[in-house]
Amino acid sequence: MKGYHDMGGEPAGPIDTANHELALWEKRVEAILVLLRARGIAVTDENRRSLESLGANVYLNSTYAERRIMAAANNLILKGVITVEELARKLAEVEQRREQLP
Amino acid sequence: MSDHHDHHDHDQDHAHPPGYRHPLQPDADDTLTYPRRLEIAVRELLIEKGIFTAEEVRAGIEEMDGRTPENGARVVARAWADPEFKQELLANPGRACESLGYVMDTTTQLAVVENTPQVHNVIVCTLCSCYPRALLGMPPTWYKSLAYRRRTVREPRAVLKEFGLELPDDVTVRVHDSNADLRYLVLPLRPEGTTDMTEAELAGLVTRDCLVGVAVPRKPGSK
Amino acid sequence: MSRAQGASAVKQPAYSPGDRVRVLKVDAPGHIRTPYYVRGLEGEVERFVGYFRNPEELAYGRYQGEKRALYRVRFLQTQIWPDYTGPRQDTLDVEIYEHWLENARSGA
Repeated sequence: MKGYHDMGGEPAGPIDTANHELALWEKRVEAILVLLRARGIAVTDENRRSLESLGANVYLNSTYAERRIMAAANNLILKGVITVEELARKLAEVEQRREQLP
Repeated sequence: MSDHHDHHDHDQDHAHPPGYRHPLQPDADDTLTYPRRLEIAVRELLIEKGIFTAEEVRAGIEEMDGRTPENGARVVARAWADPEFKQELLANPGRACESLGYVMDTTTQLAVVENTPQVHNVIVCTLCSCYPRALLGMPPTWYKSLAYRRRTVREPRAVLKEFGLELPDDVTVRVHDSNADLRYLVLPLRPEGTTDMTEAELAGLVTRDCLVGVAVPRKPGSK
Repeated sequence: MSRAQGASAVKQPAYSPGDRVRVLKVDAPGHIRTPYYVRGLEGEVERFVGYFRNPEELAYGRYQGEKRALYRVRFLQTQIWPDYTGPRQDTLDVEIYEHWLENARSGA
């Protein structure tokens, strides 16, 4: 079966040819991925495979940076670098911080 | 496809002076989506675990920002000005670029494809978004878009038309799907009327879009 | 042009520039870098690119396998897309691993 990422030749609408500057958080995602590769935690094809495993709905409806960070998180859990529990706790903490903002 | 860009957009190839760096955009807190919360959470966890430091993340961003299409433009300008360098660039692209101070990521290999009067090359990565970042910086949104990845292999001329480039039928359009460990750079055709230009002036004609193959360098004196 | 070999004997690439090859028409799960749109199609080897670790294995954290020969294979657009409207000489180049190729003539 064809992967949903394997999209060469599929029909699509017009291309948005405008330049869009990357948001700071998107640059952080890229920097994180470069560092993880430098630390030997994941190679490019592991990152790619993780992207290809996000599920069609997530993959086709997320931006590039969104996919990259979600795939990275999955890889980190797979490799035991972080645990689901740790991530869930940290996510809750982040959410709580946000709610405390004026 | 959702688009959470909370920063200013640009039209096409806007006129900034060479070397201009867009200021880092502050993140707007009202659009803290799940992936953005995930980025914060993952980063903080990894810092806590000593995988890397906040300073290393900052330095990484600075390094990425330091890589711009001007790198690729300088390589092209040198190739136009120096036939020996051009030969080396086509035979040993990585080594040639290193001689100018541009080092490819060790996990990838550079390929340079030359435009001629008979052949126009255009690059795409249908499976993800592979891109020669050492020479061009970060890939543009359109390069990473599903529409570009889907259509460029199948109807390249229609895609090029959307970028404002129309090629006659007697020019072969050659698409490269950059699907393995190679990263591709297009060596554009040197425009007419440039024989008296300095290398720096030549580099000024070469935009990022020319190096991906969705544009050609403008002739000097034209808009 | 080939990179440093593993412990095995010196390998030679099976195909040379100009060889007519066919991409295997194979469906399989896993991380595959052979795009679906060229599977089963015939093209011409444009060059031998080099030996690289197999992405299908790297994807699962297996970093030490034998390197595989990689080729740039050129296809005519009109042979890939039945509705291609551009000139007949337009081409598409894709990098294909040796284990995804067979001889177009004999099917070896």
